[in-house]
Order: sequence, then structure tokens, then C-alpha cells
Amino acid sequence: MNDDQTHWLDEPRHVKLLWRAFLGVLALTVVAELFVPLHPHFEIESWFAFAAWYGFGTCVLMIVAAKALALLLKRRDTYYTDREQRHD
Amino acid sequence: MTDLALHPGLVLIVGALALPWLRGAVRSAAIIALPLLALVLVWQLADGVMWQAQFLDYTLTPLQGDKLSRLFATIFALMAVGGGLFALSQKSRIEVPAAYVYAGSAIGVALAGDLVTLFVFWELMMVGSTVVLWSRGNAQSYKASLRYLMIHLLGGVVLFAGITGHAVQTGSVEFTRMALDSPAHWLILIGFLVNAGAPPLSAWLPDAYPEASWSGTVFLSAFTTKAAVYALIRGFPGTELLIWVGLFMVFYGIVYALLENDMRRILAYSIVNQVGFMVVGIGIGTEMALNGAAAHAFAHIIYKALLLMSAGSVLLITNRRKCSELGGLFHSMPLTTLCGTIGALSISAFPLTSGFVSKSLVTQAAVDGHMLAVWLLLTAASAGVFLHAGIKFPWFVFFQKDSGLRPAEPPASMRWAMIFFSVLCIGLGIWYEPLYALLPYAVDYTPYTGAHVLTQLQLLLFSGLAFFIMLRYLKRTLTITLDSDWVWRRLLPALLVPLARLTTATLAALRHGAQRAAASLLSLVHRHHGPQGRIAGTWPTGGMALWVLVLLLGYLLLYYV
Repeated sequence: MNDDQTHWLDEPRHVKLLWRAFLGVLALTVVAELFVPLHPHFEIESWFAFAAWYGFGTCVLMIVAAKALALLLKRRDTYYTDREQRHD
Repeated sequence: MTDLALHPGLVLIVGALALPWLRGAVRSAAIIALPLLALVLVWQLADGVMWQAQFLDYTLTPLQGDKLSRLFATIFALMAVGGGLFALSQKSRIEVPAAYVYAGSAIGVALAGDLVTLFVFWELMMVGSTVVLWSRGNAQSYKASLRYLMIHLLGGVVLFAGITGHAVQTGSVEFTRMALDSPAHWLILIGFLVNAGAPPLSAWLPDAYPEASWSGTVFLSAFTTKAAVYALIRGFPGTELLIWVGLFMVFYGIVYALLENDMRRILAYSIVNQVGFMVVGIGIGTEMALNGAAAHAFAHIIYKALLLMSAGSVLLITNRRKCSELGGLFHSMPLTTLCGTIGALSISAFPLTSGFVSKSLVTQAAVDGHMLAVWLLLTAASAGVFLHAGIKFPWFVFFQKDSGLRPAEPPASMRWAMIFFSVLCIGLGIWYEPLYALLPYAVDYTPYTGAHVLTQLQLLLFSGLAFFIMLRYLKRTLTITLDSDWVWRRLLPALLVPLARLTTATLAALRHGAQRAAASLLSLVHRHHGPQGRIAGTWPTGGMALWVLVLLLGYLLLYYV
């Protein structure tokens, strides 16, 4: 690898390009639903683009839940070691 | 003994004990050959009882074979091959031998036909894994190992109590399916669940595993939890409670991993998360679900080891473990980045990876059982896996901001180990039939249908979108999140330290009092019996005569009364 040169990924316009490609693929997976028979088992599965919005929505929920838990349980990462050193 | 079959686990354990005395190329060759030999021996095992012995009133079956046992013994041996290759450049002379004792014991658990043998190997696993932790050789890992040992000794005692109760009640120690109909069986279940990383003691896992060396954690990730999964599949399939325990583990792992900054602790939380999927499958208990749990354990050992190998490589070369201090490593570690990413895609169950063909069996079992709530939660959890392990781990370690670090790739043995396991991850994802053929029950399932691939891609890619949109809420901070280990690291010491002080003070006071009493008693004795003492002095003959006279007079007096 070229250690001192900048990598292809370091350039913002390439990152932007990747973002566009990513959004394009996202759109493609939703559009493809019109052409692929899905055989839903549960009723909720037959809602349009269920997996897409369900995945997105639950991920946002999990992040929010994690942040809420952090309010209660977050401590500095020296929480245990400080005390142990004082005891030593 | 009905057959002259060699025990693959014992071969690995005995071989491991010889390893510390080997040097150079012989040692390297032995490290690779030993688990390969164990693997070959596993495949030689036929169905049914191999070794049998009478012990007290019980029939022990230290070695037996069936599809489920062979599957787990195979993956444990395969893991030892890959882990041994990865650890070839490990300086510690005891880590690999300890890890092989650990792996051999895990194989012993998988091949045990009775609960006594299972227990012996179960405890031997604890010894091996603790020595793996010790071999890191710093104070932090030593303290973590003591906490680890404490929890596992507790779990071992509970398991032993359960096995004893079971033996007394049923008169047999054969390891078969058990129902939750007696306290003994509850104790056995709890003993198994402690090792599986189930709540409420799950914190032992993310507390201890990341404290091992760069190669030690790779070994630790594989055996304890998956041996527990094996024991649960054989002992408690279809126990509904396990569905809810598993779902808790799944979300616990995701939430804690999302908040974590230490790269290997992220992966440790995600072990609990993945074992949760297996435990749900065991709880569902249909043939499809048990196949899923077993297949997922098999696939999981490989991709989790691969993830921890990439993290171990980063740790060895950069000596950093926090996401907040890493980033941009893809510049100079492209192979490690690629292998870590393959592991991340596999754990996320991306199509064409091993996770896709194994996890689908569990989710399909929930569908077949018409369990809407379980299925919805499992699907959300699958999205969450991509979030916390699939993107978060590679993103913060190898990409995100450029930390300016330009570390070299790790030594060749480590690179080959990563390549080996990457190939397995992809290979199992594409040619899944051999894995399905190894599963305990016949598989009637095709993972690659247009619908399944498409919905999985939607689920995962939109989870990825959520990750990048919410990225600023996921920025790593120099924090930890309190877990149940707080109880035994803070609360119990906080309660016990004053109690200990009180006890010490009371004991000191008692000792002081006793010393004073003894001293005054001694001086009293000294006063009367010492050189100057009245009693110790020589008595004159006249005095003696006088006392004899008194006695005789008394006698005379009594005679007349």
C-alpha cells in the first residue's frame, strides 16, 4: 500500500460517490420488491418494504434505547481502575 | 471399554501438556498437528457408546458419538487449529498449551455420554481458560481472571449440586433430555446458563475475555459459551423459558456493544448477543430450531474468532484497544481490514456468508411455529447485529477518522489464520450443504430464495443507513457502561469491606483482651509458682510436721463424730 500518499477513500468526493452508490442500492432493494415474489408468512410482512423500514426503525429505536440506558449507567472508563489503584 | 477408540479431547489435552517443552519448528508443527489429529479422531468416531465404565453405582460413558456430539467436537478441534496457527508467534509459552487443554476439555464435554464426565471436563475448561487469562501476565488480566474464576466456580458448584440431585433421584447419570420438574434440573440448567453468558451473571464474559492477550481472546471466545450451547441442546431442548432468556441476551448484547469503546469488548458483548440467538433456537426446540442453534454455533465460532483475530492483530501491532484511539487502519492493514470485514459481514448474516445460512434456520423455526412476537424480535435483533458488530466494529477500528496510525500487517502466521477463517466464512455461506449434512436432524430448507435474500438485504442495508444517519450519537467516548459485574466489583465489596473491617477490629480486640488475660494469669502463676513464689518455695520439715499433726487431729475428730 502507498503509505504516505492519500488513499482513494480519503478524498471527500469519492466518499460522496460511495454515499450515492449506497443510496442507489438501497432504492434498488426496495424497487426489486415489485419483481420478486416474497411469500409473506405473517400479515405484517406483506406491508410494502417491510424489512427496509422495520430494519431502519428498530435500529433507531435500539440506538435511542442504548443512549437512554447510558444516561443511567455510563461512567468514565477509569471507574474501576481508579478505585483499585487506591486500594493497592 | 467396548472399543479401542482414542479420545480426541484427551489426545489434545495430553499433547498440550508436552507443548511447553518443545522449541522452534517442532513446537510450531506440534501446535498445528495436535488439533488436526484430534479432528481426524473426531471423524473416526462411530455412533453410540465407545468407552464405558462402572463408578460407584453408576455407569459412566466418557466417550460416545452421535451427530450432535461430532458437530461440536469438530468445530472445537477446527477452532483449535485456526487459533493455534494464529498464536504461533505468541511469546507466552503457556498460553497455547492452556488453550489446548481448554479446547480438549470442550471436546470432552461434547463427547461425554454422562453428567459426571461432562462435569469433569466442564471444570477442566475453567482451569484451562483461567490459565489462558493468566498467561497475559499483567495485573489487570490477573484481577479479571480471579473474577472470572469466582463466577465459574459458583456456576460449577450449582451444576454439581444439580447433577448430584439428579443422580440420587433417577439413579442414573446418563446425559439425556431433562424437564424442569425438580430443583436438581433447575440447578443443572442454571449451571449451563452461567457458562452460556445468560443473565444475570452475563457480565463475567465482557469483563474477562477482553483482558486476555491478543491471541488468548480468540481462544476464549469459542469454547465456554458454545459448550454450554451444546449442553443446552442436549439437556433442555424446547424449554420455553430459554426463548425469553435468549431474547434478553440478544438485546443486552446489542445495547451494551453500542455503548462500548473497547474494540474487543464490543465483540465480547456480541458473543452474548449471538449465543442469545442459539438459546432462542433451543427454546423453540423444533428440529429446525435445534439445527439452527447447532449450525449457528458452528458458524459463530469461526466468524467470531476471525473478528477477534483482526482485533488481536490491531492490538498486537498498535498496542491500542479503544475505538476512540483507532481509525483509518485500512491504509496500512488492508488484509486485516478485509478479513475483519468478512467476519463482520458473516456475523451480520449477509447473503454469501456463513451467518446467513445458519441464522436463517432459527428465524425460519420461529416462522414455522407462528411465533410472531419472537420472529419480530429476532428480525429486529438481526438488524441490531449489523449495527453493533457488522458496521460499528470495522467502521471505528479500520475507517472513521484517520488516526494517523500506519501500523504494518501482523506476522505471516496471523495473516494465514485470518485468511483460513475468512475462506471458511465465505465457503460455508456458498457451499452450505456439507454443514447442513453435519446437523443433528435432516434439513429441509433452502436459504437462497429470491425473497429471503432480498428481505435480508433490505433489513441490513437500511440498518446501515440508520447507523450512518445516527453516527454522531454513536461517537465513542471514554466511558464504560455499568453491568451486573458492578454487584461483585463494587456493591459486595462496599458491603463486605466494612464487615471485614469490623471483623478484623473485633478479632483484634478479642486477641488483645485474651493476651492481657493470659499475661495477668501468667504473672499470677509466676507470683505463686515462680522462683520467689510461696508455693514453689522449699518448705521446712517443721511446717510439714505441723500439717501432718493437723491432718491427724482432723482424722481423730472425724472418727468420733
